[in-house]
Amino acid sequence: MIEFSDLEEILVLIQKQYGYDFSGYSRASLLRRINRFMEISDIGTIVHLKNQLVNDPDKFNGFINEIVVNISEFFRDPDFFKSLLNNVFPYLESYPKINIWTAGCSFGEETYSLAILLKEMGLMQKSRIYATDISAKALEKAKKGIFPNNNFKEYSNNYFSCGAKESFNQYFVSDGQKSIINSELKKDILFSRHNLVTDGVFKECQLILCRNVLIYFDEELQNKVLQLFYDSLPVYGFLALGNKETLRFSAVHDKFKIIDKKEKIYQKIK
Amino acid sequence: MIIIGGSGGSFDLILSILQGLDKEMNMPIVIILHRLKNTKAILEDFLQLHTHYTVKEAEDKEFLKTGYIYTAPSDYHLLLEENFRFSLDTSEEVNFSRPSIDVSFESFSRVLKENCCGIILSGANQDGAIGLQVIGKNGGETIVQDPKEAEFTAMPEAAIAKYKNHSVCALNNIIKKLNYYAK
Repeated sequence: MIEFSDLEEILVLIQKQYGYDFSGYSRASLLRRINRFMEISDIGTIVHLKNQLVNDPDKFNGFINEIVVNISEFFRDPDFFKSLLNNVFPYLESYPKINIWTAGCSFGEETYSLAILLKEMGLMQKSRIYATDISAKALEKAKKGIFPNNNFKEYSNNYFSCGAKESFNQYFVSDGQKSIINSELKKDILFSRHNLVTDGVFKECQLILCRNVLIYFDEELQNKVLQLFYDSLPVYGFLALGNKETLRFSAVHDKFKIIDKKEKIYQKIK
Repeated sequence: MIIIGGSGGSFDLILSILQGLDKEMNMPIVIILHRLKNTKAILEDFLQLHTHYTVKEAEDKEFLKTGYIYTAPSDYHLLLEENFRFSLDTSEEVNFSRPSIDVSFESFSRVLKENCCGIILSGANQDGAIGLQVIGKNGGETIVQDPKEAEFTAMPEAAIAKYKNHSVCALNNIIKKLNYYAK
């Protein structure tokens, strides 16, 4: 178990050795995640932890994965996806080519949810989704697109609640334990590493989804990342944040119009 | 500050506690109540009817302030930063719960140490037992609803089994204790 006072030492070590900058991350969450990592890896002391991180790059990758990656679900917050369908897709339709960025895609549940909706609305063939994450391990997993079956009933309920009309299971092939997503849905998704803290704009995108990522950052870093999203959007492009995240306190706040207040969907207006 | 954890059978208790609190308490109150996902947030409106303190859902990076009663949002863990700001967290459920009482109690206690009073009310699982122990060991005040009067006994019983030094009280004594604590 480590405490707040141990944290800075570890963050400096990580930055020096691997170049990851966690200085703008929420300390309370980091502490919780690191203590959890130590528990499941059977690491008892900070000395042991530092030792492992310095000497074992593979262990370090596991560490990154554990502290930054969130388990998501398909169609988490169905009302959000419903709003996306009703309020954003009609705009997207008018573009000849649609670029979408899902930032902090973890294992890909949200990215694939979006791909399913694009396909059902006939927009997938002119869309390209850029799915990025800081964790190489998470991206590897997301690319494979294999998910355990135990939550599929809930996913299917979510799918229908957001207004989709076909069947959730048709997008997977299952062996009874786990399901793999159809390759047809994967072909227009590009998974790649991107660190929101240190990397910049890589592509202009008409829609950016970054849900439940900013809550792990302090206010300063939240602002920096929101600026990056602003710079990556064309005028009239859309930004979707998590239900409990907001533009309200950010410097780019007055450059966006609220499309859906509750579901945190914004449109860049200048 | 005061942090209350409740699950099944706790809602009416929380209303009674809010009604019984002195009108000029000089500390914030945080309520971690297990609730359903994807339902309309009427909890805050309901609680507001029973107290003159402002009830609001805790927002990410908001400062914890006196005069407010905060609730943990549905489907998020609620944490406290060293600078007394809230942080939300969507990592995995703990004790099948998000928000988890254990997660919040541990996080708040880590920052507030002895300046934290934790309460466990009725509930049908074991969430909160570890967290309340942490508060106790850090020198904070800990109160458990008497299982004899709780609608669901598992949660208070688990808390008592985990750590012996909690005050075990009936509802009216919980209210008295809180008013005394807040002076």
